[in-house]
Amino acid sequence: MKPPPFHYDRPMDVDTAVRLLADLCAGGQHPKVLAGGQSLLPLLTMRLAAPTHLVDIGEIAGLADVRVDGSVVTVGAMVRHRGLERHPGAFVALPLLRQALSHVAHATIRNRGTTVGSICHADPSSEMPAVLSLLGGHLVARSVRGTRRIAAADLYVGPLETSLAPDELATEVVFPLLAPRTGTAVAELARRHGDYAMCGVVAAVSLDDEGGVESARCTYVSAGDSIAPIDLTEPVRGATPAAAQWVQAGELARSTVRTDADIHASADYRSQLVAVLTEQALREAARRARGLQAAA
Amino acid sequence: MSPEQQVAVTLRVNGVAHRVELPARRLLSDALRHDLRLTGTHVGCEHGVCGACTVLLDGDPVRSCLVLAVSADGHDVTTVEGLAEGDGTLHPVQQAFVDCHGLQCGFCTPGFVTTIAAYLRENPDPTEEDALEAVSGNLCRCTGYQNIKAAVLRAAELTREQTR
Repeated sequence: MKPPPFHYDRPMDVDTAVRLLADLCAGGQHPKVLAGGQSLLPLLTMRLAAPTHLVDIGEIAGLADVRVDGSVVTVGAMVRHRGLERHPGAFVALPLLRQALSHVAHATIRNRGTTVGSICHADPSSEMPAVLSLLGGHLVARSVRGTRRIAAADLYVGPLETSLAPDELATEVVFPLLAPRTGTAVAELARRHGDYAMCGVVAAVSLDDEGGVESARCTYVSAGDSIAPIDLTEPVRGATPAAAQWVQAGELARSTVRTDADIHASADYRSQLVAVLTEQALREAARRARGLQAAA
Repeated sequence: MSPEQQVAVTLRVNGVAHRVELPARRLLSDALRHDLRLTGTHVGCEHGVCGACTVLLDGDPVRSCLVLAVSADGHDVTTVEGLAEGDGTLHPVQQAFVDCHGLQCGFCTPGFVTTIAAYLRENPDPTEEDALEAVSGNLCRCTGYQNIKAAVLRAAELTREQTR
């Protein structure tokens, strides 16, 4: 199918874009921001969305930068997944970004799709909202009313729904760096690498001074509707990565994470995947945490 | 509703600038095929799954069905028509598809060829596993992936021979 008709604008700076969004909303129109379009275009061609106006931010200068400073990685709204995945500074500062991005669709999609766009699309089958949620990062939104920060926990309202106002433009996303001695991992099961996962886990494990597990936390992809972090520390607290009962952490996840059924997998099968993938991801994250501790 | 908005855009395709006026909603894949009559780019699923419509946008492979033609204004597009030499000499990837029987019906082939051409620029010496991963975003429903995987490896070999 083909997209329904819409009016198209391509502002060249952020001020013009937010003014345009404000005027359109005030006039009763329904604008939508177009960045990479890898989620929006399918919605248009399948006629699941019919905005009156598209505001294409693709040519706005200054939105395509990745910045790494002491405590955060900041990713502009026009940074493509592929650009962030390959950014050497971002990888050193926060390896989790590349670990997760390698699972985000296929390279051809990552060449065009943006990380901020994926987060704003708020699909519980997407990796990057789960990463932002696990890290407790935030989105920066601009409108004619000013600039506001939206914490990950406040951003995600439900599947494909965020607390971004229709006249707000997400200009960047901010990923906080992890505490010292924290390892991360992403484990997924998909029919092919790069397809939508039937279930995925994003995991972070922190070790204390003595090398025992201090915290173990996960967020989930394609499990159910929620992307809120789950604390799985209890069964493994204080244990070394080698001795920790990761299977029990997986079982705790199975009993905590509510899973949904769809054409690809039953809820029971997804719960089984939650248990198995949680164990795998936590084990790998802990191994990496131990490596960081040994190197320190 | 007011008449549909038309937008004047310049599409630079295979080194040639085309000035066209298009509805804003025209997909790049349709602009290439219908407005520019470059029918080498094939349209399969039209929502980004099959990879048949893959073209190079500023050198990187993208799904042309997931890009609006107006968004490509002023950017460089390379389609499968732009890969062979001016004298008709096939691109190494095209030659490899011939050598390895990498196509049967040929519907998915343009997307595979553009994807692989870009992949080999950055990964000139892929393993078998790399070759499969390189084409994992493209669907083929008749030839089968074994010959296509062989074509990726053969194309790498041909490229190395050319540059030696």
